[in-house]
Amino acid sequence: MKKSVNPKRLFAIVLSLVMIAGLFAGCSDKGESAGSAARGSSASGSAAGDAAAGEARPDTIEITNVSYDPTRELYAEYNEVFAAHWLEETGQTVVVTQSHGGSGGQARAVIEGNEADVVTLALEGDVDAIRKEGLIDEGWLSELPNDSSPYTSTIVFLVRADNPKGLQDWDDLVKPGVEVITPDPKTSGGAKWNFLAAWAFSDQNYGGDEEKNTQFVKDLYANVTVLDSGARGSTTTFVENGQGDVLLAWENEAFLAIEEHPGEFEIVTPSLSILAQPSVAVVDENARKHGTEEVSEAYLEFLYTDEAQRIEGKYYYRPSNQEILEEFSDVFNLEIKLVNITDDFGGWDAANEKFFNDGAIFDQIYAREA
Amino acid sequence: MPKRAMGTNTGRSIRRRRNQVIPGFGLSMGVTIFMLSLIVLIPLASVFVVLSGATPQEIWKAITDPQTVSTYKVSFACAGIASVVNVVFGILLAWIITRYKFPLRRVLDGLIELPFALPTAVAGISLTTLYSDKGWIGGFFAKFGVMISYTTIGITIAMIFIGIPFVVRSIQPVLEKLDPQYDEAASVLGASKARIFFKIIFPEITPAALTGFGLAFARAIGEYGSVVFIAGNIPWKTQITPLIIKSKLEQFNYTAATSIALVMIIFAFCVLFGINTLQARINRIAQG
Amino acid sequence: MKRNGVQLILILLGAAFVFVMLILPLITVMTYALRQGWETFAEAITDDYAVKALKLTGFSTVITLAVNTAFGVFASWAIAKFAFRGKQVLTTLIDIPFSISPIIAGLIFILVFGRIGWAYPLTESLGVKVVFAVPGIVLATIFVTFPFISRELIPLMQAQGNEEEEAAALMGAKGLKIYRRITLPHIKWALLYGVILCTARAMGEFGAVSVVSGHLRGKTNTLPLHVEILFNEYKLTAAFAVSSILVVTAIIIMILRNIVEYKLKKEEG
Repeated sequence: MKKSVNPKRLFAIVLSLVMIAGLFAGCSDKGESAGSAARGSSASGSAAGDAAAGEARPDTIEITNVSYDPTRELYAEYNEVFAAHWLEETGQTVVVTQSHGGSGGQARAVIEGNEADVVTLALEGDVDAIRKEGLIDEGWLSELPNDSSPYTSTIVFLVRADNPKGLQDWDDLVKPGVEVITPDPKTSGGAKWNFLAAWAFSDQNYGGDEEKNTQFVKDLYANVTVLDSGARGSTTTFVENGQGDVLLAWENEAFLAIEEHPGEFEIVTPSLSILAQPSVAVVDENARKHGTEEVSEAYLEFLYTDEAQRIEGKYYYRPSNQEILEEFSDVFNLEIKLVNITDDFGGWDAANEKFFNDGAIFDQIYAREA
Repeated sequence: MPKRAMGTNTGRSIRRRRNQVIPGFGLSMGVTIFMLSLIVLIPLASVFVVLSGATPQEIWKAITDPQTVSTYKVSFACAGIASVVNVVFGILLAWIITRYKFPLRRVLDGLIELPFALPTAVAGISLTTLYSDKGWIGGFFAKFGVMISYTTIGITIAMIFIGIPFVVRSIQPVLEKLDPQYDEAASVLGASKARIFFKIIFPEITPAALTGFGLAFARAIGEYGSVVFIAGNIPWKTQITPLIIKSKLEQFNYTAATSIALVMIIFAFCVLFGINTLQARINRIAQG
Repeated sequence: MKRNGVQLILILLGAAFVFVMLILPLITVMTYALRQGWETFAEAITDDYAVKALKLTGFSTVITLAVNTAFGVFASWAIAKFAFRGKQVLTTLIDIPFSISPIIAGLIFILVFGRIGWAYPLTESLGVKVVFAVPGIVLATIFVTFPFISRELIPLMQAQGNEEEEAAALMGAKGLKIYRRITLPHIKWALLYGVILCTARAMGEFGAVSVVSGHLRGKTNTLPLHVEILFNEYKLTAAFAVSSILVVTAIIIMILRNIVEYKLKKEEG
């Protein structure tokens, strides 16, 4: 009996090996065929797909743009415009694959192996995290104009129609009985702007006293009834489920919410807010590997052209080109005073350390009440 | 076969004897271990690979951080309550589906897997809408001053939602196999319905119910997508452990994230192991 | 069977539970999906990317089912029919994927196959991309649904006992024959339940897949991920419309299963 067991065990192992190998083969075939189809079509005739882009340009080139959440419509339109431009310029068809998700998570995915050619993320800090891993060359921030942010946004208040609580500025939000909805800056990168904007308001209005600032944000977050994990969750909480009196939101997202529910909400611009600068960069290592450096750079540079700036404005991002921004003065409140992360907070590393890392100010304001 | 005598035998002698009778131990065991290792154990081991780069103090600090500990309480308490509710209603549902004929029974049966098929985010949003103070159910309770969405009650509800199929589908096959003539005979002999249920049916389905409990519980503590919308995520009050893991990852703190994950894995392992052992013991008694 | 008071109460109680916990959320989904009319609904579900996502979901579900069914059959045989040391440990290890937070389930594959993972140099030299590509999605789906089928079979096979198989074996029947003739007829419904559960869960799995997918539109987006992206783009209606495909598919499978089961059982007498 014992003898007959051994060959069977062997058989079992062989069988399962074959099965698993088959699975892997099947999957990788699939995975590769997707990749090689793209690259294959780029290799006109001969197998020049992997070869460096060199002299002859392939007919088709593919790049991946890893972006953050509500930029899909912007890039859907932009990609078409850019492809037309690139075709005219070089005779090459460019196909852009988009990826959207939470900004921090997207940055992590690139670090963990998602092979983006360009990243267009919500925070400079997220792009910089990729640089720290050596995927983006040093000095990316000054590679493109305006700290590599072709468009900006800011933090505004979204309130219910006719503003029943009369909320006009940040100091209204700390009053007792006002319910505030904002996401958790520890899980949502975008929510860090909200916190910093509130801090900046207090800093400028209460004499720059750290203790007063801390108390101010503490009072503000004491009024927060739902601290969603992401910006989109907060919007749903406020818009769909009717929670709270005010939502702290990116300006472009506030506009999107109004678009979905016309007449139900309005935007209040506070006296002071923060210049939210989404950052863009070429992921140099991946672009080199794919031979897409040229097109990737052109892709980002084109974001600064007048045509592209107008598309950005159309999707409620503030164009970085002042002249074109003026064209949208009926959409955006241009009176708002904006602080920015570099001058007022000493950059993201400093801000994260001071406010958002474990045990820093944000954790302190939520220290256990007991 | 004299089962009782077997129970007193050593494991070794059981194995030898069983092996001689039923074929396929080597084959099935080989495949099982191999696939388990490849798909579950080896990937899981990477948690330890990451943790091996950290000092014990770092790990300890991450898992005993007071705010993190407060999330364990929320996650485990809500999951526990949700699983108990699920067992009660799971038995009830499995019972009426297998034993009674009523209109739309098959539709009801078909709805049980719904929580699996619904993407968790969608489930979360729907439940939150439904149970918020502006929603159909939440609005009703709000009149009595009971808030459901954004409280621990809401978290529990979401956990009940995702766990119910486990319990029903664990119990259902056993009930179907259980011959109804069994209890009909008993009722002819004059036993009351309740007595039949607790004396005859209940012991039969206990192992399956335990399995269902364990699975529902394990799933509930790990669940993220559907719970995170209905939880208010207020630190110390309505934050769940998976959210803390996410926030650690957001800070690129893999050590802390995996440490906390390990705590959850170990805890779940203990619960499931306890249940499996209990179940095996019950089986042995039932057969003996 | 005659209806009596207790029965009625039990049925009503069960129906009430199902109504509140399952049907109302379902209605909520459908209301959202249709609140901007059929046109938006149809647009959302025939969108190019939605169709691609559907195909990928189908592909990974089929592979997952094949792998997990094979595993379930072997594992349940080994565990239910034999006594051996460490059985409880083994059973519990099989259950582990249930208890792992989806975020972690995804993360472990990143830690193995990702750029920071220990198997990365190997897969890179082979030119295979595992995570942020289709294989990673399939692996993550297999992982989260790994125990489903075996967990359905084990309790039932244990409750069944070994007498029949032992008798058949003593009479000289071979393994496969015993399985087909004796074991399978007893467990086929449980196996079917397991397969259905596994299908539903594999189709709907979001968390783990989300971590390993990279969200590449048209390439590595499954249906649930597509739903999430729509949601994040403030396309709530479209998001719910697409998820209604998942839900309706699931319910249809469930009802079909029920009818098949009913017919077959009737034939068996």
